[in-house]
Formats: sequence, structure tokens, C-alpha cells
Amino acid sequence: MKEGFKLTMKQWLQKGRLLSVFAILALVLSGCGKPYLSALQPAGEVAKQQYDLIMFSLGIMTLVIVVVCVIFVLVIVRFRRTKENEHKIPKQVEGSHTLEIVWTIIPIVLLLILAVPTVAVTFSQGDVSAMDEKDEDGNPTALIVNVRAHLYWWEFEYPGLGIVTSQDLVIPTEERVYFNLTSADIKHSFWIPPLGGKLDTNPDNINKFFLSVDQDKASKAGQIFYGKCAELCGPSHAYMDFKVKALPKNEFDQWVSDMKNAKAPTPSTEVARKGEEIFNNSCLQCHAIDPSNEAPAATRVAPNLANFAEREKIAGILDHNEEELKRWIRESDTIKPGNKMPVFSKDQISDDDLNALAAYLMELKVQKK
Amino acid sequence: MSSIAQKSGFGATVWDFMTTVDHKKIAILYLAAGGFFFLLGGIEAMIIRIQLFVPDSGFVSAGLFNEMLTMHGVTMIFLAAMPILIGFMNLVMPLQIGARDVAFPFLNSLGFWLFFFGGLLLNLSWFLGGAPDAGWTSYASLSLNSQTHGIDFYALGLQISGFGTLMGGINFLVTIINMRAPGMTYMRMPMFTWTTFVASALILFAFPPLTVGLFLLTFDRMFGANFFNVAAGGNTIIWEHFFWIFGHPEVYILILPAFGLFSEIFSTFSRKRLFGYSSMVFATVLIGFLGFMVWAHHMFTVGLGNIANAIFAVASFAIGVPTGIKIFNWLFTMWGGNIKFTTPMLYAAAFIPSFVMGGVTGIMVATAPADYQFHDTYFVVAHFHYVIVGGVVLAILAATHFYWPKAFGTMLNETLGKITFVLFVVGFHLTFFIQHFLGLMGMPRRIATYLPGQGLDTGNLISSIGAILMALGVIVLLINIVMTSVKNVKVGNDPWGDGRTLEWALPSPPPFYNFKQLPFVRGIDTYWIEKMEGREGITPAEPLGDIHMPNGSILPVFISFGFFVAAFGCIYRTEQPWGLAVLIIGLVIAFGSMLLRSLKDDHGFHIPKSELMSDKDKGVRA
Repeated sequence: MKEGFKLTMKQWLQKGRLLSVFAILALVLSGCGKPYLSALQPAGEVAKQQYDLIMFSLGIMTLVIVVVCVIFVLVIVRFRRTKENEHKIPKQVEGSHTLEIVWTIIPIVLLLILAVPTVAVTFSQGDVSAMDEKDEDGNPTALIVNVRAHLYWWEFEYPGLGIVTSQDLVIPTEERVYFNLTSADIKHSFWIPPLGGKLDTNPDNINKFFLSVDQDKASKAGQIFYGKCAELCGPSHAYMDFKVKALPKNEFDQWVSDMKNAKAPTPSTEVARKGEEIFNNSCLQCHAIDPSNEAPAATRVAPNLANFAEREKIAGILDHNEEELKRWIRESDTIKPGNKMPVFSKDQISDDDLNALAAYLMELKVQKK
Repeated sequence: MSSIAQKSGFGATVWDFMTTVDHKKIAILYLAAGGFFFLLGGIEAMIIRIQLFVPDSGFVSAGLFNEMLTMHGVTMIFLAAMPILIGFMNLVMPLQIGARDVAFPFLNSLGFWLFFFGGLLLNLSWFLGGAPDAGWTSYASLSLNSQTHGIDFYALGLQISGFGTLMGGINFLVTIINMRAPGMTYMRMPMFTWTTFVASALILFAFPPLTVGLFLLTFDRMFGANFFNVAAGGNTIIWEHFFWIFGHPEVYILILPAFGLFSEIFSTFSRKRLFGYSSMVFATVLIGFLGFMVWAHHMFTVGLGNIANAIFAVASFAIGVPTGIKIFNWLFTMWGGNIKFTTPMLYAAAFIPSFVMGGVTGIMVATAPADYQFHDTYFVVAHFHYVIVGGVVLAILAATHFYWPKAFGTMLNETLGKITFVLFVVGFHLTFFIQHFLGLMGMPRRIATYLPGQGLDTGNLISSIGAILMALGVIVLLINIVMTSVKNVKVGNDPWGDGRTLEWALPSPPPFYNFKQLPFVRGIDTYWIEKMEGREGITPAEPLGDIHMPNGSILPVFISFGFFVAAFGCIYRTEQPWGLAVLIIGLVIAFGSMLLRSLKDDHGFHIPKSELMSDKDKGVRA
């Protein structure tokens, strides 16, 4: 399938017709946006194929626009009504079969040419049969991540590895990562523009697809890509961001083993120890700090905080520091309106206790560095 | 009838419009109400663009923003674009086919009042706890999760106005099938009549799925049914199918009449008959047909599977072919013509490149794997605004100038018209062109704000500046309308000088019975044929005789008002003690009025031949 796509592209490119348009477009567009967010700077196989398809269709379409605009400009310049011909009655032409056939056939041909790679890529990118491949021990050979979207946060479970995390998706580069997507409440959509197009997380079913990251592109983007919710899901739809950490295979394996071997954190200071107590009393009902996925999915109602201190952002959008963390706990309802986390007033958690809690949370790490 | 119409005074005029069944007055009602909602939708759009002017803006709250974007979409589609187009259909189509009115004048009035009260209901939600906030698509899991009554207003408001639209569609179909003047064969119908015909057929088939979907949503929200409740075995994706089986043809319900309006304008101001008339008709019908085969291209990322995505991608490509045929036919209508760039013609000219842009991005978003990137981003926002603003709104603005004399007997000022044109078209491209790139740079649609430092700041700034220009353009148009109405300089039957179809043979505005004698149609562009042969009027097909006309009625207002009242009862039934009573009272008003209509025979009235003969001052020769 992939060959078929490349072949048609090549045929077109060899004809040279589209080459110049195509090259200019690609050159202009590839400068657009940030490498961690832009679909115009593809960082993996899936996104690259889609980017090529976008450019290919844009090339054909530019051709169409140019033809129409040339005729258009010619017509409105040449056939304007002037003082001299003000009373002229033009010949009442009924039509022209030849012309009409020409502008029926050419679009059909153009669209057929576009249809070939469209259908080919639809099938090749929709092929998730590798998810069922098992090794000798019956474990899946591919890396699979279960994504569960919530109002307004993301949970990432690695069923084969027995770990679960949230908000920061960690994946290895240079391999296909397969996803099972679903929603815990209402419909959201899982989108990491530089890695590939989106797929909805429906409350009804599980959707499957794969993405991959090239190591050099990941390095260029600083190992971090931005993920977004792409389906309107309520007031905080705009804030339902997540981050993707793309690590080289060995670093990823290290992260997995750190997550697997994470022990209950031991607070290092007196303040943090106090914070742990507050956390256990006020937060632990919803937030787990154990990265294993033993608890059933339905009970995981709030983000797992096992590696909270190693995350990129707080709540997906705020800078990762103690001040923002404390602000979040006090005003989560105004920062992300409609989210399910209760607001903690000074009566519930005093300022001192909040400092302690923040100190504790900032020590929640699985990777010792 | 005519003596009532001559009574002056504000009250008499209001009463006249409330009871009228005259298609031209109903057209004015549609244009006025649609125009009002267009302004509301425009204000909502401005609030959206002001909010997105700068990153992390707090101009409106995220919740209010969602209400704005929802109401902008709902208002523009259901309460502005469609009613305004139906207004033009009402105004022009019966004149174009040589009819004295539509087939069911009473239903015509009922259709308007249902639309009006439905739209009123929807907009009252602003003052009653909050507008709908789940987008115009109102996807089920989100809309069932919505806390305010907004979604209930959405469901019932659209239901009521949807019935009105459905009646309009059926009415136009019957009118075109049955009431064409002698000699007006199908293949002699003006292009706008053809597109009205096909769009009406689309309304007939596309609105029932919406009606069903809205009923299910209403039952889920108000009576605890579980059609879309996943936990209880329901399915939310079914809503998406219902919505888009309606929603995609809806796009063609909007754009086909726009095509029709532009066809009239191109041919009039090029002084040439429409190039490839038969293939234009064929393309219109084909677009209407294919329009029902492609709805799932709005759902490529829902996870329907490879086969469905591939089929719907290729089927969607197919629509590009008849649309392309139309574009080239318009270009070659102008080719060899004698083009006068009046305001309507300027809009028509600007429409071609604008709409082609929207069309080609349409093919791009139909390319399923590429759409995984485009879907639900600003690329799609740019695409459909290029189609709807670049196609439908430009057509509405063009037709406003073009048909203003036929509706009101006066001409809008051409200079101000051209100023509006420049401001609006420049603003339009400034607003939406950049949005293609914003989408590809990672901006999802319907986000209440964006954070700084993600590369989205400049694009949004440019887009918001463009929106201001568009708003200025509309303000100039309003000034133009007021000035024209105040000056009130009356014009003759063919003020553009190049009219081709029957409506231009009639005085501006035409007498309430339209044609003294039904015209005899001898070919495409009847009036042009008669003009070229040196005649001033149209050859009549019948001797002068009594004309049978329908009586006006206030009942459509009561029927619609009854449903409007019942809707409040329905919404507040479980919360307020008066809810159930109001529901019943509303239904009694509505069905009681219907009963009255059924029991009371109304045979209409006759305009005697003698009165028609003395009506010489109206100059109706036909």
C-alpha cells in the first residue's frame, strides 16, 4: 500500500508538473508553527504520510485554483462593459459540449489520482493488526497504551507493563506505539499534531491506532510534544492539554523500570512529612500515588500522581512550580472551569498546610536523579 | 384586500404583516427576521474574535464563550442564512415561474411564524439561565452533560423552527411542480427556481432525521429516556449520524440557492444567457443527490473503520465534479459577455475565487487520512467559512442589492454598496485565510482561549482585525438601507436594465396578485426574449378575468405562539409547579387554532375584472 502511494507521488513528481508548486508550498509551510505543536512539522511516520498527502492534495488543488483564476482574470478584464460597447448585445451562447466534457473529465481524472493514495493510506494507517501479535509468553509484542480521557485530564495506562500515569504520556522513539482510546465520561479527541492526526475517545467504544516518533525530530522539539483535546467537551476544552515525552528506547526502558519499582515515597523534610499526612487525609481518596495499574479503571477518578514532580505542567497548563500548584489547589474551579476536582479553601487546608502539601507533592518522583 | 392594505398607520401595517399570506410580504418578513438574527449572529462572532484577539484573554468566560460559539453557529445557519434564502425564494420564485402566489399561502405564513417563534425561543435562553453551549452540532454526550436549560431551548427552538422550514420546502416543491405558467417547462425554469426546487427537495428529506434526533434528545433530557446514555445501553454516535445525515445536506440547502442567485446575477450583468444551462441543471440535481451520500466525512475521526472512511472519502470527492462544472459554466457565461460591475456583480465576481478556495479545501478535508489532521481544527473553521461566507453570505449580500428594488421599489445606493463590498470581502479573506494555517499549526476549533508561546498569537490577531472590517461592511450596509428607505426614490420594473426573467417584467414591487393575466412563456429568459423582439410586456396566456386570491389569517401566529408557550412548559415541567399547566395551555392554543382553521371554510375572494381594468396606474401589462 505504502509503495503504491509513493509510486503515484513519484509519477507525478517525475512529470515535473507539480514539482515546482509542490516544492515552494512545502518550503513555505514547513516553517509554520512550533515543532512541538505544528502538523506542518511532522515528527513521525504517521504525521509524515499525512503531511505528504496534505501537500499532494494541496498541489493538485493549487493547480485548479490557478486555472480558474487565470480564466477569471482574463474574463473580468476582457469583457468589461465600457462606454463604447455600452449597448452591445453579446451573442447568446447556449453552451459547448466539448468544453463541458473537458471540464468534467479533467476533474474526474485529478480526483481519481488523489483517491489512490487516500484509500491506500486510510487502510495502511488503520491497520492495527500488530496489536494482536503475541510473543511466546503470550504478551503483546507491540507497546500498547490505553488512553482514557476525562473531564479535563488524560490517563495513560500501559497494560503490558502494569503501570499507569497521567497528563504526561511517555513513549519510546523509533517504534510504533499502539493506542486504545476511550473516554470515562463524555466524548473527547486525542491529538498530538506533530505525531499524527486525531482519533476520538468515545464513551461508547474503544478506538485503536498507532503513532510513532523519529528520534531526530524529537531532539529538535526538545523531546516534548504538545497534545490537545480536539473535541468540544465543555468550558475547559481549551485547557485539556497533555504532554508527550518521546525518549530513546533505553531511556524509556529505564523510565518503565523506575515506574515499576517505585516505592512509596519517603518525604525528606519535616514539612513534606506533614504534607504527606494532609495528602493522605484530603487527596488520597481520589489521587493514587502508586504507579501500578492494579486498581480497576473505574476507580481511577483523578490523575495518578506517582511521578507528579517530574511532570512538565500542573493540570496540563500551569507552570510546574509550587506557587502555581498552590494556586491550582485553591482555585482549580476558575483555572479549569467545570473540572471535577473540589476547591480547597483556607478552612479546609490552611496556608501552612498548603505549603506542606505542595512541598510533599514536589517530592513525588520515581526517577532518582 | 387592497382597501385594507391602503389603510395607513403603524398598527395597521403590523396587523397586515401578521395576517398576510402574500408571498412577497412573507418574503419581507423572512428577510427582516433573518437579517435581525444575522446581526445577532454577527455580534456573537465579534465577541468570539475579540476573545481570541490576544492569548489568554479574559474578555468572556470559557462557559460564556461556548454559548457564544454555539449560538453563533445555530443562529447563522438556522435563523439567518436559511431564512434569508427562503425569503428570496418567496420573493422571487413565484414571480419567476409566472404564479400569483405559492401553492399553500396559509402554510407559507405558518412556516414563517414557526421559524420566528422558534428563533425567539432559542434566543430567550440568553435571559433564562444560559444559552446552549454544546456547539451547533450538540454532540450527545456533551449536550446531555450540559447543566443549564440551554440545550433544552436548542432542541425545542430548532424543532419548532424546523417544522416551519419543512413546510416551506414542501410548499415550494408543490408550487414549482403545479403552478408554472403556460409554457414554463422544467427546462425553461430560471436557475434560481431550479435551485429552489432542489433545495426544497433536500429540505424534505434532510429535516426528518434532524426532527427525529431532536425528539430523542428532548426525550433524553426532559423525560429521562436513555437513547444516548451509554451507561444505560444508549449510543452517542447515533446522534452524530442523525445530525450529519441532516447536517451535510443542510450545507447544500444553503449553497444551492446561493448558486441559483449567482447564476441569475452572472447572466443578467453579462447580458448573456447562462452557459450550459442543461448541465447546470444536471449538476444541481447531482449535487443534491450526492449530498446525501457523504455525511460520514464529518466523522472520519469517530472510528468508523477503514472501509467506511475510504468510501466516504471518495464519495465526497465526487461532489467536486458537478461543482467544478458550475464554476466553469459561470466563467463562460461571462466569457464573451458585456459585463457591468454593479454591486451584485462585484459580489458574484468575488464569489468565484472565494468559493473555489472553499471548494478545494473541501476536497482536502475529504481526503480521510489528511482529515485526521484537519478535523476539528481551525483549518475546518476556515474551510466552511470560505464555503458559507464566500458562497452563501456573498450571495445573500449580492441578492440584497439585486432584488431590493423588486421587494421595496427602491434601489440601494451603489457607492455605499461598493464600500460594503470592499470592506466585507477584504475583511473576510483577512479573517479566514490565516485560519487554515492556524489549524495546521495545532489550534483546535472551539477553544475559548489559547496560551501564549504556542505560535498562534499573530494569526489570531490578523483574523480578529479582519472580523472588524467585516463588521464595518455590515454597518455601512445598514446605513445604506436606512438612507435608501428615507429617500424612497421609486424605480420601474427593470431597474438594472438587463433583466432577463419574468420578475423583471412586473412593476417594483409587483401588485399583490402579481400577474393580471398569466404570462405565456416562450423560452428560457422569457422577458429577455420579449425585450429583444421589441415588446414591453409579456405575451399573456389568458384573457383578462377575475382573479381568485386567498384571505389573510392571524391563525398562523396563534398556532406558532401556542407551540412557543408549550415549549416553556416542556422545559420547566419538572421544576416549576406551573410547568405542566403551561405545556397544556400552549398545546391547546396551537391545536385549537388548527381546529379552527380546519372547521372554518375559507374560500378566499375574487378580484373582479373591472377592478383590474381600472388598475392602469400600476402599469401591469401582462
